[in-house]
Amino acid sequence: MVGIVASLAPAVLLVIVAILVQQAAPAIRHFGFRFLASTDWNPVTDSFGALPAIFGTVATSFIALALALPVGVAVALVLAEQGQGQVRGLIGTGIELLAAIPSVVYGIWALYVLAPWSFQHLEVPISGRLGFVGWLADPAVRSLFNASLVLAIMVLPTLTAISRDVIRAVPRGLKENAIALGATWWETTWGVILPSARAGIFGATILALGRALGETIAVTMVIGNNFQIPHSIFNPAYTLASVIANEFTEATGTLYPAALVELGLVLILVTLIVNVVALLLVRSTSREASLAA
Amino acid sequence: MSRNHRRQFASRAWLGGTYLLTVIALIPLGFVLWFTVVKGLPSVIHPQFFINVERPPCEPTCPAVSDAGVAHAIVGTAILVGLASLMAIPVGILGGIYLAEYGVARWSSWVRLACDVLVGTPSIAIGLFAYSLLVVPFHHFSAYAGSVALAILMLPIVMRTTEGAVSLIPNGLRESGLALGLARWRVSLQLILPAAVPGVITGALLAVARASGETAPLLFTAFGAHILELNPAGPIQALPLTVFRYALLPYKSLQDQAWGAALVLVIFVLGINLTSRWVLRRQIRLAGQL
Repeated sequence: MVGIVASLAPAVLLVIVAILVQQAAPAIRHFGFRFLASTDWNPVTDSFGALPAIFGTVATSFIALALALPVGVAVALVLAEQGQGQVRGLIGTGIELLAAIPSVVYGIWALYVLAPWSFQHLEVPISGRLGFVGWLADPAVRSLFNASLVLAIMVLPTLTAISRDVIRAVPRGLKENAIALGATWWETTWGVILPSARAGIFGATILALGRALGETIAVTMVIGNNFQIPHSIFNPAYTLASVIANEFTEATGTLYPAALVELGLVLILVTLIVNVVALLLVRSTSREASLAA
Repeated sequence: MSRNHRRQFASRAWLGGTYLLTVIALIPLGFVLWFTVVKGLPSVIHPQFFINVERPPCEPTCPAVSDAGVAHAIVGTAILVGLASLMAIPVGILGGIYLAEYGVARWSSWVRLACDVLVGTPSIAIGLFAYSLLVVPFHHFSAYAGSVALAILMLPIVMRTTEGAVSLIPNGLRESGLALGLARWRVSLQLILPAAVPGVITGALLAVARASGETAPLLFTAFGAHILELNPAGPIQALPLTVFRYALLPYKSLQDQAWGAALVLVIFVLGINLTSRWVLRRQIRLAGQL
């Protein structure tokens, strides 16, 4: 009996995918694989292509991870190894609260505080000096870069929590051996701890990637909603999730809503794969670590 | 400088850098809280903010004290999250007990994986699902559809935290129950579950906090409303929807309402999180005593 109840979780997952496939069917039949490669999005002519949204989703997520990874690993090192118990507890609570703040609150904050600040103090100076590099030109307040900045803040707790666990799972003996050989803190960390936690930190990064790909509201509020592949990271763009959030309630006809559901289907399938890979990676490293210990 | 000095110096420098990055990581938390309080407080200090419903933009002749409020959004969020809790919490608790107590190793590890994947599933996709399932057939938006979407988000959280709390209970309690001749389901429900209650409550609270702040799954299920709605079969307003829609409009009076709603949301969600951390610490101490 309870077994059936518990099986609801995997069942729900399958049903979600099945229903989305069914709802997207008109668009899948009409466009085929062209849907993924076309850059044309025009509801008036019933012509839909997902490439700009896919590009925006991937670009924001990767920039966010590049920004968040060093910070996340640093915090994880502090939480796992360093500092007094109380300081550590305080930092840990802070990071967990960061995860608890609703996405829409990040959104309104990013829209009125972060994006204008970043425009003035990051985008304009950077593009002033490096604007000759094409993809750093033409700063705008609502941009792909500012969306990535919010995303980086939002995925930080995921990255930190899992990296901390993985770093803690590194067998004590390894670390003690390094210290006994006279290695400094940095030599121990860089030469011993991080290499043995590498696969787990990689898993944490991919898990954070899954979160970043699917994040909707905060990104929708600052990315600028421009259905084109931007020529610069400081330009407005669009992501899969924010197209759906903005356009779905207004979509009429058969093909338009179906195309939007297909965007959702692409999104959910990609995050499914990313999440499964990440979870298996994290699991296998913590198992290895417990075997080694 | 000798080689050893150089090594020590490099190590100190990297350690300093690590701490610096940690401080940088905490700066956004401070700024988000600070700006939400500063910009939301002027709306929230007036009691009518909690009594009245929203007002159309009053620009250019706004009264000194706005009489707009978010009562309809607070009630709507309560209805949505309440219905979602009714669905997700009992199922989640039973599922968690199964994972911790009954699971056949191979199948439970699949269920666990599915739960963790479900936690990471984009909430907008769950919204699309609830829309297809409950809005399309009935031809209108409804709080029911919204609460089903929220329930799907809550389920894996409740399940996994219940599992964690139940597996903290030492085996002695199980064995003594079974030795007294109790049936296995009675051991689970009458001995183990009560002992794990603080942990289970933590999970439920965290799930409620997560659901209260979700916007994406409500956009085309609960949809939103401008007045107080109590009928779950129709569209209904929610706090996150107020923040999302009004923040993007060019009227200062509406943006103020959005910041006020954001502050209410943040206080509620962070309050729940801090409470549940406290409950969880008690649970761990309690389990240690058993």
